[in-house]
Parts: sequence; structure tokens; C-alpha cells
Amino acid sequence: MKRYVCVEVLYDTEGAMRPLRVLWEDGRRFEILRVTDIRRMASMKAGGTGIRYRCVIGRRETDLFFEDPRWFVDCRETM
Amino acid sequence: MERRILHADFNGFYASVACLLNPAIRERPVAVAGDPAARHGIILAKNEIAKRYGVQTGEVLWQARQKCPGLVTVAPDFPSYHRFSELGREIYAAYSDRVEGFGLDENWIDVTGSTRDFQDAERMAQTIRRRVRAELGITVSIGVADNKVFAKLGSDMRKPDAVTVVSPGNYRETAWKLPVGDLLYVGRATEAKLRRFGITTIGELARAPVGFLRGQFGKIGPMLSDFANGRDRSEVMRISDTRRVKSVSNGVTTPRDLISDADVRLTVAMLSESVAARLRALGLRARTVQLSVRDQALNTINRQCRLEKPTCLTTELAGSAMALFTAAYDWRLPVRSLTVGTADLVDGEFPEQLSLFADEARRRRLEQAERAVDGIRSRFGYHAIGRALFLTDRSIGRLNPQQENTVHPVGFLHGGIGGGEQ
Repeated sequence: MKRYVCVEVLYDTEGAMRPLRVLWEDGRRFEILRVTDIRRMASMKAGGTGIRYRCVIGRRETDLFFEDPRWFVDCRETM
Repeated sequence: MERRILHADFNGFYASVACLLNPAIRERPVAVAGDPAARHGIILAKNEIAKRYGVQTGEVLWQARQKCPGLVTVAPDFPSYHRFSELGREIYAAYSDRVEGFGLDENWIDVTGSTRDFQDAERMAQTIRRRVRAELGITVSIGVADNKVFAKLGSDMRKPDAVTVVSPGNYRETAWKLPVGDLLYVGRATEAKLRRFGITTIGELARAPVGFLRGQFGKIGPMLSDFANGRDRSEVMRISDTRRVKSVSNGVTTPRDLISDADVRLTVAMLSESVAARLRALGLRARTVQLSVRDQALNTINRQCRLEKPTCLTTELAGSAMALFTAAYDWRLPVRSLTVGTADLVDGEFPEQLSLFADEARRRRLEQAERAVDGIRSRFGYHAIGRALFLTDRSIGRLNPQQENTVHPVGFLHGGIGGGEQ
């Protein structure tokens, strides 16, 4: 299921974005340790398209989609 | 020089976007249809599953439901269609600076400059096809040819998610086998007329003597012959040129069928008012007025006329559109929907040829009055002020045409040959 989430983002001096952490609705915060891939992709599971940030959160890879101007995840990926 | 042109066509565009955005309906037969309560219950698009049940674009909702009882219908979502249309064009623009849209779901891409030969163009088409599926989550069919007409035929030949080449080497075995109605600008009336002369395929049209076609169809005859033979030299426009607004139009399917000139006059006035307001907002004036009428049986007629002077005035647009209607429509059937369009747009500041007879001062005052109405509406809403005419029939007069976002393909001929009196 598609779920829009709060994301803290760092903009560098070139205007490039890097998501830093995801703020889950129950108050938990998930640090993004690394972004391993950035490309435009459709998410068939969540139902949408956006710039996909493949993020390492904890020990897992999670796809975070930037659907200008919002961010979403496929929420079967329990964080 | 031999050209290499792609025509990319999103498959069942509206329905594909709906299915992508809502995974819950993806495995079911889905159709996008106008709001049945407001009587716009026509199938606008269907997915592959609904297609297997025989659901057809343009048919009425209850007919589709008879063929396919489990049909899931969703309302159109134009903001999403515009978004996916733009995203598609962004992908195409990575391969050429010549990308020309035809409606929201179709584009021609001239890749002559970025490919070596037809094989290379086919490879590029395959890459684009895969990218669209991966990045947008919907599919596209692409035709590859040396002209726009055959490229468009090619994109229709295999669906969904496919690439078809109609090359100078194979068009006789591919394009020429197709029914003549598949050809661009062969509508229902032209097809019926051709059939009477025994011409049913594109190949038969291609081999028909041009003199005969001219005699039967006038100036459009030789054009049809050229199209059928792949002799189309029209260019794919540069992206920068297609950004300019080429036409402004507005259409509506009314809550009840229109049965009299008075009904039509009211609807035309309402549509003209919204077109005029949009022209003023864009700082443009129109030299051509177009009218499209669709009757109860979904037959469409298109007419256009040239205006004496470019205008952005409701009264002048409505007057011309009404004159077109009176001349063209025989009232055999009630009218289901109407579209008032404008083309040949010129800058609002364009120096006008002042007429000796028309009262220029009066025109200027009318424009000031209409601009004042625009201002009131932008501050207090559309229904804050309106013409008394709109109160004569509330069901029609209460519509707000500016929110009915209709999208019409830019004319393929760019005003070269029109449907009606020019």
C-alpha cells in the first residue's frame, strides 16, 4: 500500500537532495545510513512513480519515492 | 534524406494510469468513464482485461456493463494524465529535440539525427519502450517509419508494449494490408464513401488514381493518396515550438440533450465565454473559430471559419460558432456535446487592422467589460456574476465550463486543410 511519509532532506549547495531520515507516523525515526541508487522508477506495489531513492535503513534496503513534492513508501515494508 | 520517425502511443492511457495508481483494481476489468450521474457515462478508456470482454471506447456505460458485469469504473483524473504525459515526453526528449504531441497520449519523435539506420531506430524504440514501462509503470506501443503517417499506423499494429517497424522495404506487406479506416484523417464518412468504390484497405487507396480521388474528395483526395503511399513530408515539430499555445477550446457534455437552437445558443455562449476568458488570460486573440458537435448517436461534425478580425470577445466567438452550427446541423438528432475552439492565435498586442465600419470603440468597451467580469470571478468565484441568458435554463446555465478540462489534439495539419468552410 502506498503511504506518504515525512522525510528530513538535506539540500546541498548545488540543490541536490539527500534524504536523511524518515519520520514514521507513530513517532519513530529511521536514519538513512546510505543511498545506494537514485533513478526514476515506477512502484507497481505502491502504485505510483517518482525518483526512487534506494536507502539502507538499519540492515535493510528500503525504496523511498520522491513524487514531487511528496515522498512515499510501499508500506508492506514495515520499518 | 531518409528520415526515421517514431510514434509512441500509451496503451489505454487513462485506464493504465488508473491501474498503476490503484493496485487493488489492477487484475480486474477497468474502464475510465465520465461521471454517470452527470450523464457523461461514456467509456473513455479501458484496460486489456476489459478489452477482452469487448468493452469499447466511446460506448455508453450501461452497454459496457452488459458485456462485462464486473466492470470497475473510475472517474477521469486529468491532473495525473497531464503528469504522466509530461513524464513520457521527458523520456522522449532524451532522444531527440523533435518531439511533437498529438493529444496527451501520443507523440512523434524524429530520431533521424540520433540513429544510423532503421535497425538502430528500432533498437532505440525498444529502449524507450522498456524505459517507459520501468519508469512510469505503464506501457507504450511504438511505430517506426520514415514518415509520421506510417509511424502512427505502426504504433497501432501491435499492442500493448510493442515496437513495429513500417519501413520503405516492408510497408506494402504491413501498412497496405490494414483497413483504410486506420489511416489518419479517414473518418467514418470518408471510409464509407471509399467502401462504395471498393476501396477497403490502405493498399487499395494507395493504388487508386489521384485524379479520381480528387474528383470524389476535393483537395483532401490527393492528400489521402499521399498518406496511403507514405509520401508525407510533414516535419516533427521541435519541442520549443510545441510549447506555444496553438489553440484554446472548451467542450461540454450537457446534463440533458440539447433539442433546440435556444439550447445550443445558451451552451455555445457559455463555452465561448470561457474560451474568451482564457484567451484574455493568455494575452491572445483568435483568428479562427471552430465548432464541434456530437449528436446522440455519437456522430461528430467539425466546422471552422475565419474571423474578419482577431478577437477575444465572447459575443464575437459565440456569434461565429452559432453561425457555424446553424449552417451545419440539420437537427435530425438531439445534440449530446458541444465544443467551441479557437485557433490561429495572435498576440493580444498584435496591431489590429482597424475596420472602417465596425465600431472599434464599442469593441474596446466590450473587452473592458469582459475583463471586469474576469476580475470579479477570480476574486469571488465563477458564479458570482454571469449573463442573464444563463438563468434561462439552470441545468445547463449552472455548469462551469472552465473546470471541464478538455484536451484536444493539436491539428495534425496545423490548419492546412480544414473540415468545413474556410
